[in-house]
Formats: sequence, C-alpha cells, structure tokens
Amino acid sequence: MPAHWEHFSHDADMGVRGSGDTLAQAFEQAALAMTAIIVDPAAVKPSERVPIRCECPDTELLLADWLNALVYEMACRNMLFSRFEVAIDNNRLTGAAWGERVDRGRHQPAVEVKGATYTALQVRQQPDGSWQAQCVVDV
Amino acid sequence: MTTHYPLKQQSEFSWRIEPFGKMRVPGIIYADEQLVRAMDDKVFEQLCNVATLPGIVEAAYAMPDAHWGYGFPIGGVAAFDADEGGVVSAGGVGFDISCGVRALRTGLTIDEVESRKTELANALFRHIPAGVGSTGRIHLNDRGMVAMLRGGARWAVEQGYGTTSDLERIEEQGCMRGAEPDEISARARKRQQDEMGTLGSGNHYLEVQRVADIYDAKIANTFGLKENDAVVFIHCGSRGLGHQIGTEFLKYMVLAASSHHIELPDRELACAPIQSELGQSYLGAMRAGINCALANRQIITHLTREVFADVLPRADLTLLFDVSHNTCKLETHTVQGRKRKLYVHRKGATRAFGPGHPDIPESLRAVGQPVLIGGSMGTESHILAGASSGEALSFSSACHGAGRAMSRRQATRQWKGRSLVDELAARGIVIRSPSMRGVAEEAPGAYKDVREVVDAAERAGLVHKVARVEPVVCIKG
Repeated sequence: MPAHWEHFSHDADMGVRGSGDTLAQAFEQAALAMTAIIVDPAAVKPSERVPIRCECPDTELLLADWLNALVYEMACRNMLFSRFEVAIDNNRLTGAAWGERVDRGRHQPAVEVKGATYTALQVRQQPDGSWQAQCVVDV
Repeated sequence: MTTHYPLKQQSEFSWRIEPFGKMRVPGIIYADEQLVRAMDDKVFEQLCNVATLPGIVEAAYAMPDAHWGYGFPIGGVAAFDADEGGVVSAGGVGFDISCGVRALRTGLTIDEVESRKTELANALFRHIPAGVGSTGRIHLNDRGMVAMLRGGARWAVEQGYGTTSDLERIEEQGCMRGAEPDEISARARKRQQDEMGTLGSGNHYLEVQRVADIYDAKIANTFGLKENDAVVFIHCGSRGLGHQIGTEFLKYMVLAASSHHIELPDRELACAPIQSELGQSYLGAMRAGINCALANRQIITHLTREVFADVLPRADLTLLFDVSHNTCKLETHTVQGRKRKLYVHRKGATRAFGPGHPDIPESLRAVGQPVLIGGSMGTESHILAGASSGEALSFSSACHGAGRAMSRRQATRQWKGRSLVDELAARGIVIRSPSMRGVAEEAPGAYKDVREVVDAAERAGLVHKVARVEPVVCIKG
C-alpha cells in the first residue's frame, strides 16, 4: 500500500491520519497531513533541513511528541515543512523536516496549529501489516 | 440525534446524567431541548469522564454551547477540592490557556464609524499582527519575559501599553497571583519571545461592532452601553507560550498518572493531584500563562487605540471588561451551605459572578460581572451579566461562544473564503484576513446560533442578557 495521509473530522478542530508500510512512514505521512491543515504541502519548497529528535516510553505519545516538535519548530523558526524523514528505534525518534520560511503572500496559511492532542490518538498496525498513526490537532 | 446516554430532563433548561460506572458525581447540561439534541454523544461521554476524576465537587457541568473537545468538552466546568484528593488538569484548561474576550467602548456612535470603516479595517489589519507567521513589534529577553509572566496586563501597562484604569476592568485586576515563571520551560519562552501583541489565527479575531439591541437598560447603563454605540471585541489567548505549557504538562501528567494512582478514562484528561509537586508546578505555569494572555490582550488594546487615534481621533477607547474562558482558578463557593475553596476548571466557559460578588470591580458590582460571548464572524456577539442563581447552578459559570456546529473540513467544502468576504461586504461587514481558506473555515454557517445559546444560558439562570452587538469590521487571524 503506498504511503498516504488524510484528515478526519472533529467538532472544533481536525484529525490527521498517516498510513504507510512502516511505523516511520505513518509518522511521516501524519506530519504531511498536519502541514495540509495549514497550507497546501505542494506550495512549500523543501529547501531547509531541520533535525528533530524525540523520545517517549509510549509509541502513541511519541506520535504526539513528533508532531508537537514540528509545531514548535514551525512557530520558533517561522517555517512550514513539506518533506519529512523519520527513523524510529526503540521509541526513540530521529528525523528531519524540510521546508522554508512562511511567505504569507504565496502560502496563504489558513490556520496555526496550537498542538497535537491525545484525542483520537492511535498508532496501530493493520491486519495487512501496514501502519496507521492518527490524532486530533488543536487549531 | 438520539443519544445513548441516560439524559434526564430536570427542568426546561437543564438535563442530568445520574452517576454510573466510575462517575463520582452526576453530569449536568444546561441547554434547551434543541441544543441538547444537536450535541454530539462525545459531549456526554466527555462529561461522564470528567465526573470520574478524583475530588470533583457536586457535578461535571456542560454549558449550552458545549461541543466535543479534548478530555473535557468545550463548554465544560468542573470544580475540585484539594483536601479531598482533587486534581488539576492540563487537558481541563486546554492548550490556549486564558483564551478570552475583551470588550472596549469607543465613545463613538456607529454613524461616526460607518463612513471611515474601510479605512479603519485596513489600518487595523496593517497594525495588528494576525495569522500564521506574524510576529509582534516586541521582542522579550529573559528578564522581560519573567516580568511579563509575573505581571500580566499590569506589566503591559508599566511598559506603556494602556492605562492603570484599564486594570480594574480585567479579571484578577490584570495580574494573576501565584504565577511561577520558573515552571515555564525554555521552549515555551522561546516560542513566545516574538509573539506578544499578536492575535493568532483560527477563531481569533478583532471586531468593531454596533450595539444593535439593549435587553436590560439598567445594566447596560452601568456597563456604559447605548444602542448604536460602536464597541470593539478582541478574542485571543496566550499564544505560543500557552500552547507549549499545555503540550508539555499534558505529557507529564499522562506519564505520572499511575504514580498518582489516577485512572484516566481518556489520556487527554491528564491531571495531577493539586497537592502533588506536578500539580503545583502546573498551577504556577498555568497562572503565568494567564498573565501572558492578559498582557497580550492589553498590548492589542493599545495597538487598537493607536489605530483609532489615527483614523477616528475623537474616539476614546475604554475597557468594558476582559474575561478568560480557558482557566483553572481557586475560588470560594458555597456548596450545600458550606463555604469551600475549590479549583474551578472552565474549558470554553466564562466566569459569571452574580451581583454583589467581591471580585467584581466596585463600579460594576451591583449588576454582576460582564460576560462577553463572541459569536461567529459576521453574525452577532452578546454582552451578558452574571446572575446570582448561577452560583448554585454552575459555580457561577456560563457559556463562551456559539460553539461549532460543523468541522473545518465540512466548512471548506461548503464555502469559499472570497465569496464569503464579498457576501458579508454586501451586508456592510468589512472582513480582513491573511487567509481566504481561514475565512471559509470560520464561516458563520459553521457555528451554532449564538442567540439560541445565550437564550438558553439566560433561561437556565446562569446570566442576564444585556446587549446584542453586530459586526461592522472583522479582522480575522
């Protein structure tokens, strides 16, 4: 199954769901889904690389950590990201995000993500062996 | 929609879920039948989950605008007793700590604004940073950050943003006591250092409005409101700092729950005993977050005054009131005849002290605390006053807004930003926003009818209606 992402509905906010052959791919796709809440990912040039590391005893909380690390880097660097690379080893995530500084005219960012929540937070391996990673993000 | 929850109607405007399973107290919902029927079952599920938390007093409450939130429903109220193992919940306050609404009187009638409204909208949009990627003109170094976190709006006034007379019209007189900047991480500080005086995005906005209806002339007079007055509403919160505090403490509280012997029905309800080290750390950090929000709205008030001074020099912007609707505060409440100190969580709910409460500024005390309800873009907002009966009903709490009726996804499928802006312009409402998709997501039709919400809040006995206001200019984050 090719890696992909989608959104799901929440009353006030939005859910992000990433799917892929591996856990890492599902995390990467969930990150793309989060970017898509803010802006069309295709409009963001992956020109600058930002390294991300996080660690958490629980794989589901690690998803929230990963997304929250991205929220933090977006806010502090005033950037948007469109390419992600993740490696997960023993609940330790080493990854990177590629993107560029926000250009308000060109990107027209719709909304700022405040944080990834633990609502509808799920990281699961599907019966076909693929992975799905999802949660609601607060906007 | 039919619900799977055993809702029992107590009166025309209140509904009850008797404790079942691990619930320690009942769940109580204030709403009319139509609003209750329209509520997602998730609201009742979340309300019942809140009712299981240790040390909860009386009941878990949902306001008429309640909708599916995180852990707590948005529009949720719950009070906890520290001496009975009560908890403080980072999820129960939410990511946008002390998000709130501030109302300003302008000293102008709407006729004076009408002829200059496009110019006013353009100037407000230029002058007040709004939307993703906007930064303020203030850069806080470490010392400035600590002073801001301790001082709140008081700090902002000391820096030249506004006047000391503003402070008495802000909850906590503009400065939340017990703030502990040391409990705020370096990451949270960094995220905030360039965000002071910014509106944010999503449902945050600044509106210039016309007082369209007065419902209670006596209270309106005390609030200094007349029909056709021009007023300003500012809706925003604690920006990146609050979001980062929420994110970090949510995780700490989830990871520590088992060591505190707390069973969480939903991880988003993450909480810690008030009397634990973690509970105290969070309270210190959250109170500093409240100060950040109060300072932020104070700075935006100053920027708004600068714009009015330029475009409509006759204007004199004075503060009607400033309320916060995502907080946990230590308050004294009478429970079954006994005065108790309780930690009241209001998540998407507004404090609504009734007449005579000592925490209401003296000039307003006789009529009750102003309660400011932001409606959706382009519809209407409401100014209410806390009612005495609210004390026994909901620890003096009321609704906070219209509440979404539809997700952002559905909204963008149904509306396009540009045509919404044109449509509203044809009705005399000038919208300015950095993002047309953001406008579509906030389409008026994506929200519940705010009038139905405030009517239910009034008829349930939580508040008195005072005035209805309609937008003329809306700056959307």
